[in-house]
Amino acid sequence: MTESNLPAEQPGHGESGIAPTSGFATRAGMWSAGSGDTSGYGGIRRTLEMPGQSEPPFGEPFDAIHSRAMEILPALQGTRVLFDRGELTIHVDRAELSAVVAKFRDDAYLRFEVCMSVSGVHYPQQTGAELHVVYDLLSFTHNRRVRLEVSCPESDPHVPSVVATYPMADWHEREVWDMFGVIFDGHPALTRILMPDDWVGHPQRKDYPLGGVDVEYKGAWVPAPDNRRTYS
Amino acid sequence: MSTSTHAAAEDIFASPGEERADRVYLAQGGDWSDIASEQAERGDETIVVNMGPQHPSTHGVLRLILEMDGETVTSIRPGIGFLHTGIEKNMEYRTWTQGVTFCTRMDYVAPLFNEAAYCLAVEKLLGITDDIPERASIIRVLVMELNRIASHLIAIGTGGMEIGALTVMTIGFREREMILDFLEGLTGLRMNHAFIRPGGVANDLPEGGLEHLRTVIDWLKKHLPEYAGFCDANPIFKGRLEGVARMDLTGCMMLGVTGPPLRATGFDWDLRKQQPYCGYETYDFKSITWDTNDAYGRFRIREDEMWESLKIVEQCLERLERTQGMPVMVADAKIAWPAQLSLGPDGQGNSNEHIKHIMGESMEALIHHFKIVTEGFKVPVGQVYQGIESPKGELGVHLVSDGGTRPYRAHFRDPGFNHLQAVPLMCEGGMMSDVVVAVASLDPVLGGVDR
Repeated sequence: MTESNLPAEQPGHGESGIAPTSGFATRAGMWSAGSGDTSGYGGIRRTLEMPGQSEPPFGEPFDAIHSRAMEILPALQGTRVLFDRGELTIHVDRAELSAVVAKFRDDAYLRFEVCMSVSGVHYPQQTGAELHVVYDLLSFTHNRRVRLEVSCPESDPHVPSVVATYPMADWHEREVWDMFGVIFDGHPALTRILMPDDWVGHPQRKDYPLGGVDVEYKGAWVPAPDNRRTYS
Repeated sequence: MSTSTHAAAEDIFASPGEERADRVYLAQGGDWSDIASEQAERGDETIVVNMGPQHPSTHGVLRLILEMDGETVTSIRPGIGFLHTGIEKNMEYRTWTQGVTFCTRMDYVAPLFNEAAYCLAVEKLLGITDDIPERASIIRVLVMELNRIASHLIAIGTGGMEIGALTVMTIGFREREMILDFLEGLTGLRMNHAFIRPGGVANDLPEGGLEHLRTVIDWLKKHLPEYAGFCDANPIFKGRLEGVARMDLTGCMMLGVTGPPLRATGFDWDLRKQQPYCGYETYDFKSITWDTNDAYGRFRIREDEMWESLKIVEQCLERLERTQGMPVMVADAKIAWPAQLSLGPDGQGNSNEHIKHIMGESMEALIHHFKIVTEGFKVPVGQVYQGIESPKGELGVHLVSDGGTRPYRAHFRDPGFNHLQAVPLMCEGGMMSDVVVAVASLDPVLGGVDR
């Protein structure tokens, strides 16, 4: 999709203050952005980034999932795997997604029968991988969860659909299309689901403004939520 | 009244400029028998019925588009989105604590589950899951289980009303009101409580709260048997529910169905047992299953689950007596919302002691109060998924933090959203009257479905 995500004339909240790196932002000092730092710690610089790669062992049952996935899916070799806060995330190349989810469901040692949730995330600062789709899988058999994450560029927002493997992902993928504009190739009927059919734009992308109006209260004006000060 | 009034002169469902596709019947201001006879005279083979979005038995603004051959449903498609309010997007513009006030409004029949799922996810991101005070977890379990009873009462009550059992609805709302009275005394609101906060709960039980809870338990113990008496063996009730809206384990797994519809297939899957949170593993209760795959099984599961919830509530009461005076908010003052609430002459607000402390005693306390209320707390970068067993099934939260004071992304996997996909599977080939039963047996709440 090359056209802008309407309405694009107004500057959105997400554009301000995000450095064009793979991380979210770089912070200086101990205080929030915009405040005068008198602490003497102004030299501290911190880069906020998603946690990177992690190496096994992660502890059971995540080692079992990881080693089995690597064993039966050679395509996953060298992929980014992250174990964070007790949850395992496996980053999957979008070309491999269909094969990966089919194995994740059908292999007796993995057996993730259900794709509980499909969630889109927009990271405008990750050039070339702005749109992420996150699949939270659940195994009834083994009582485990795992997360698969796929990314695609905003200029080519195509991800293969997992509906053939996980029929329950049908509406979830429609929602991600509706809200983020990710096109799921192979989806049986990829139409808008929450927004009206003729809506223009994908509202949960970061460049899409929240909207709202300033409100007057006893002579003072309370700005609309997207124009309020951010402390992040 | 002339029958011709039911046929619209124009195809009101066509887009502007589009040709009239077929005859359109309207249901306003007339008799169903007139419409039916007019349709029978014309001898249409297939009729398309648009049920909703405003229909009393769609549990909110759900639109069902049915293609029917006589009274047999040949095709049904649910249309959702009429109650989409952008809760997820809105949460990206508020602090982590303010997010609670938004997500509580999703599934408004079970608001405390929305709050609990969200707060557990925030706590997982913060890495403070193990630091939540015991009493806070007990109060969370208490309000969740009371809310589960209230939600099941709505499911049973409105489900009964839709098949003509109006008494089940009136007694359902009567019992629910007793629970809501208690929740109001505790949280200040009947619904949309914003009571469970990241780090704990907003405030402790009010004075006399335990006595109030005892009266609620006694009331429920006295009145819950009425549902079994009215419904369990009622031939009309059973006739409408038994064997209707069947969905077996294969269907449930295929469509990711959880909660009572899944347990009605005999599969014992309850996240409170399988993946416990809030200390559910320490409570004595059973996970209820049934083996009929149908709407009646789902009804019986809800009925029995109310008793199990009541058992948990009684255990909570015992534990609350034991932990009186203990904290209900995490000790870390950088996270804990300064909500020392009390009831004053002008309503609920910060307690006089707290106001005295920040306004008269400690400048630092005032700064801290101001900063945490306006700015909030920062949450380390990362993403988590937290699933809990809501009355309807698995309620999941996917949260992403960019290290700031607001959620970068909050996504809710509402069970109703997922379950409505199963409506065609349960209804196609059945009678139109069973559509109402099928939807009621899934217990969707459109506020949660559309978010």
